[in-house]
Amino acid sequence: MKILVCISHVPDTTSKINFVESNSQFDTNGVQYVINPNDEFGLTRAIWFQEKQGATVTVVNVGGPETEPTLRKALAIGANQAIRVNATPTDGFFVAKQLAHVIQTGEYDLVIAGKESLDYNGGMVPGMLAGILGYNFLNSCTELTIEATAVTAVREIDGGKETVTTSLPLIIGGQKGLVEEKDLRIPNMRGIMTARTKPLTVVEAVDTPTTTKAISFDKPAPKSAVKLIAADNLDELINLLHNEAKVL
Amino acid sequence: MSILIYAESAEGKLKKVAFELASYAKKIAETLGTTVTALTINASDTSELAKYGVDKVLQVNQDKLSSFNAKAYTDVIQQAAEKENAPVVVLSSTTDSLYLSPLVAVALEAGYASNVVGLPVSTAPFQVKRNAFSNKAFQITEITTAVKVIGLAKNSYGVFENPASTTQEDFNPTIDATDFGIKVVSVEKVSGKVSIADADIVVSAGRGLKGPENWGMIEELATVLGAATACSKPVSDLGWRPHGEHVGQTGKPVATNLYIAIGISGAIQHIAGINSSKIKVVINTDPEAPFFKVADYGIVGDAFEVVPQLIEKLKAFKAQHA
Repeated sequence: MKILVCISHVPDTTSKINFVESNSQFDTNGVQYVINPNDEFGLTRAIWFQEKQGATVTVVNVGGPETEPTLRKALAIGANQAIRVNATPTDGFFVAKQLAHVIQTGEYDLVIAGKESLDYNGGMVPGMLAGILGYNFLNSCTELTIEATAVTAVREIDGGKETVTTSLPLIIGGQKGLVEEKDLRIPNMRGIMTARTKPLTVVEAVDTPTTTKAISFDKPAPKSAVKLIAADNLDELINLLHNEAKVL
Repeated sequence: MSILIYAESAEGKLKKVAFELASYAKKIAETLGTTVTALTINASDTSELAKYGVDKVLQVNQDKLSSFNAKAYTDVIQQAAEKENAPVVVLSSTTDSLYLSPLVAVALEAGYASNVVGLPVSTAPFQVKRNAFSNKAFQITEITTAVKVIGLAKNSYGVFENPASTTQEDFNPTIDATDFGIKVVSVEKVSGKVSIADADIVVSAGRGLKGPENWGMIEELATVLGAATACSKPVSDLGWRPHGEHVGQTGKPVATNLYIAIGISGAIQHIAGINSSKIKVVINTDPEAPFFKVADYGIVGDAFEVVPQLIEKLKAFKAQHA
């Protein structure tokens, strides 16, 4: 089985979010970048398939050279090879078009992408990939088992979960549950050393029209201070929720 | 030409988000000088949409669409959008609509903006404001294609009555047999409880509760309020509560009218997951808990003393306002 794991290079969850150039660009100054957490669950599941069922795992990212440490980390975790599409990711459709080209070229059986990235939170790429390629697609996937080409999976639904069957080739939008957080892989020294020798191929982007563009950013207005209510004055809390906030 | 909304239903009944979409689309339609069409799939009663400004309801009733199927539903939405010559298609942020929207965007060759939090800031060029960076910032996005797909964040606009005289029309789209590559084997829903996705109020608790045996009062508080229950990440990691209740950056996002956090200190990842909620109430013994910095109302106190009293007070309040 050939697996492709799509990796977003995103600011660490505790990063300060600021903007520069008249609020048109994200301020990367001092920001630590990590593998997008939803992608990390998918990567670990892919490595599980590699170890237990004999798959090869390729990781791919659309981005500039600055994203290579993130791809190297994925190699250190256990991926066999990496591809970087050399382009600045402008919007979800652009990224999906680039990845679709990589998928068609590499003929992957299973494509795992995180259901959304923690920077722009678009939640677009896995679905757009499926739309472009016409592959079977499962979003919000929390469990995945594969026997030959038969797939059983679970996806989250509002208020519960749904078990489905399908077949390869398949694209999933994955999340926590594909593996548990405690089972996420941390690169060990051997992995880090080996990662240096694994192939990281750089490919050029394909031409794609844009469908959206980011104009500017702003941050929520500063919050007014919390109104503290004495623990023995719960009538006041109910009064405020009813009359001031109007949520009761 | 008409703005198209996909009015979601569950077990034949329209979801509340459908009325928020209708209210929202009506406002855009007024700006663009057009009408609103709502598409429903296997909804038994669609009459309520008239209250919120929908001019036409396209009703699809097909047995093969009884289970959600992203590809087939995309076909239906695409054909409805083409039939109505819709310049704007609006979907919500339920799990199903988040699944559909990118597929719909590709099918319609449309630019798609997700997590949209308000009316377009401009319609020519077409620019919308959306949440980004896990609700720590907003992005103004311009959609440059002729057809636009908008994913409206839940509870970001509200529900407004705007009665219209609505026409109903049966719609019979053609559905490709190859759409059914994914087959539903079973569905498990938590019955008798309000789900986080449907809730207007969420009562959430953390490690301050000391153990799963103490969740009875949290559930009772939720019952009194008609709320869903949720929890912080450590609580689901410890197995005290199911993962489906974990709220935060890698858990479920919550955008409710009222979020009550009990015994949760407020890690940055948790706050990111609830920041879109309108009113936040925090109950914590530690006055330095970071959650107080983002809360609207706070009580420094012991949950084991405060919550039982709050339940009694709310019961009395509900009885008085029934």
